[in-house]
Amino acid sequence: MTDHIKMGVVQMAPSLGNLEHNLQSHLDWLKRDEIKDADIVVFPELSLTGYLLQDLVAEVANPVRPESPLLAPLLKESLRRDIVVGMVEQSSDFLFYNSAVYLSKGGIRHVHRKVYLPTYGMFDEGRYFAAGSLFRPVETAFGRIGILICEDAWHVSSPYLLALQGAHTLIVLSGSPSRGWSGGGAAASVRAWERVGKVLSQFLTVHWVYVNRVGYEDGLAFAGGSYIAGPSGDILLDGEENKEDVYQVELSLPALRRARTLTPILRDEKRHVVLEHLKRIEALHFQGEPRK
Amino acid sequence: MKSSYPPAVNIDLALTVIERFLRQELEKTGRQKLVVGLSGGVDSALSCALAVRALGRRRIVALKMPYRTSSPASEQDADTLIAQLGIRAERIDISPMVDSLFKSDEGASDLRRGNFMARVRMACIFDRSALHGALVLGTSNKTELLLGYGTWYGDMASSLNPIGDLYKTQVWQLAGHLDIPRTILEKAPSADLWPNQTDEEEIGIAYEEADAVLYLLVDERYTVEEILGLGFPEDRVRTIMGKVRASQYKRRLPVIAKLSQRTIGIDFRYPRDWGL
Repeated sequence: MTDHIKMGVVQMAPSLGNLEHNLQSHLDWLKRDEIKDADIVVFPELSLTGYLLQDLVAEVANPVRPESPLLAPLLKESLRRDIVVGMVEQSSDFLFYNSAVYLSKGGIRHVHRKVYLPTYGMFDEGRYFAAGSLFRPVETAFGRIGILICEDAWHVSSPYLLALQGAHTLIVLSGSPSRGWSGGGAAASVRAWERVGKVLSQFLTVHWVYVNRVGYEDGLAFAGGSYIAGPSGDILLDGEENKEDVYQVELSLPALRRARTLTPILRDEKRHVVLEHLKRIEALHFQGEPRK
Repeated sequence: MKSSYPPAVNIDLALTVIERFLRQELEKTGRQKLVVGLSGGVDSALSCALAVRALGRRRIVALKMPYRTSSPASEQDADTLIAQLGIRAERIDISPMVDSLFKSDEGASDLRRGNFMARVRMACIFDRSALHGALVLGTSNKTELLLGYGTWYGDMASSLNPIGDLYKTQVWQLAGHLDIPRTILEKAPSADLWPNQTDEEEIGIAYEEADAVLYLLVDERYTVEEILGLGFPEDRVRTIMGKVRASQYKRRLPVIAKLSQRTIGIDFRYPRDWGL
């Protein structure tokens, strides 16, 4: 296994509902010099379809199969480096998932179906998508890697479950609109995302790779601000906001080893304590809690 | 009362987001220009200045559409802005169009006349947008959109609105950072639909107070009781709530009687950008 992972981050603006255009732009991004020797290149949430799809979800959905015209050219590209893309997945029982697909060496290595579909405020994903139910790391040539999609990362158990299964690097594909301000600097939403990554990467001693899209859809300004946090909560990449860009950052496994040696909190995690509590909480829930 | 609501505008962030919004949302449509109606007031001045920053002065067409009773000072202010920004301007006197409707109806109320003027201006500006291959730039701010202080299918009609998520007091802040004449920044806001009309007198509430209450209600989801607990006067808080509710229809497409499986606006849901 290699000591260092060259992580490519593509902060791009997909075109809403335009699969052909987006596939071509993925292929173009992959040619960029900045990421020409990357080991893994990560695109944002729903990178092949755009985000604010509403009823278009059914129209841009594709089965995740090697022969799919949407995936075949990317699979070919994955002979040179691993690629993570976002798309609307149509399952064999005709449900639609907001999925991230891990491509490697010409094959589909893994599909993560977004588990937490935000359905509040400006988000309406629960109306259009089926929810996934599994957090499972991918076995890669670079060790175990966990994949989360946007809202997944706001449920503290998701990165936790992936780290407990041995993921040393967590990749978050995101489509987060810019919103909120007080004082100067980045939008409140951008700063919130950075806090989340810094804290979780330190809690779990993992590399945290956050890839957010940019561009506008019906007035929503996707914020960019992609970043990478190291296993001690240090920021290794602080991407630009609100504009397309591409980055490559080297993630060091020796640094991860040092962090886990200095702070072996993950080793000491008491899974059974969590499990017993969850069982008890769930049983209470089904008995019906006493009214307050 | 003085208050710190809504929060101060993050000027750099607002300019970045709005300028890129105008460029990208315009270019997606394949059109190259924006046409903006200039009243001489701060909302249209700010929208226009933002558009010039985003697209450059050659891609903006300003349109003045005075009525014979419009304040000459307003047109002078618009002219100062036009000169300052170095943009192309056109002028349409809407008096004959408006007067032709009301010449046999002298008793028409100010409200009817005002609404009709706003709709004639809308018709003129959409015509100019077709002539220039442009989109119509919106100039309604968040305060007036929420209070319904505008004419449905009149000044509320546009294709792209850069300032619709900024309260009036935030419009003043942002405008204060741009190249906008002081007279425009300092005068009392007015729809100028009849002589000596001012917004605050007509709405019955000062913008500073309306913005604070709206921000707490809408952005922060305070209950009315919580807002009253902060010391805002009950009658005016209730007035604001009432105006927001009563004008909800203006912020929606017309209601359609549902008959089929999929009905526009109900369960036929596509983003605007789908069509581009």
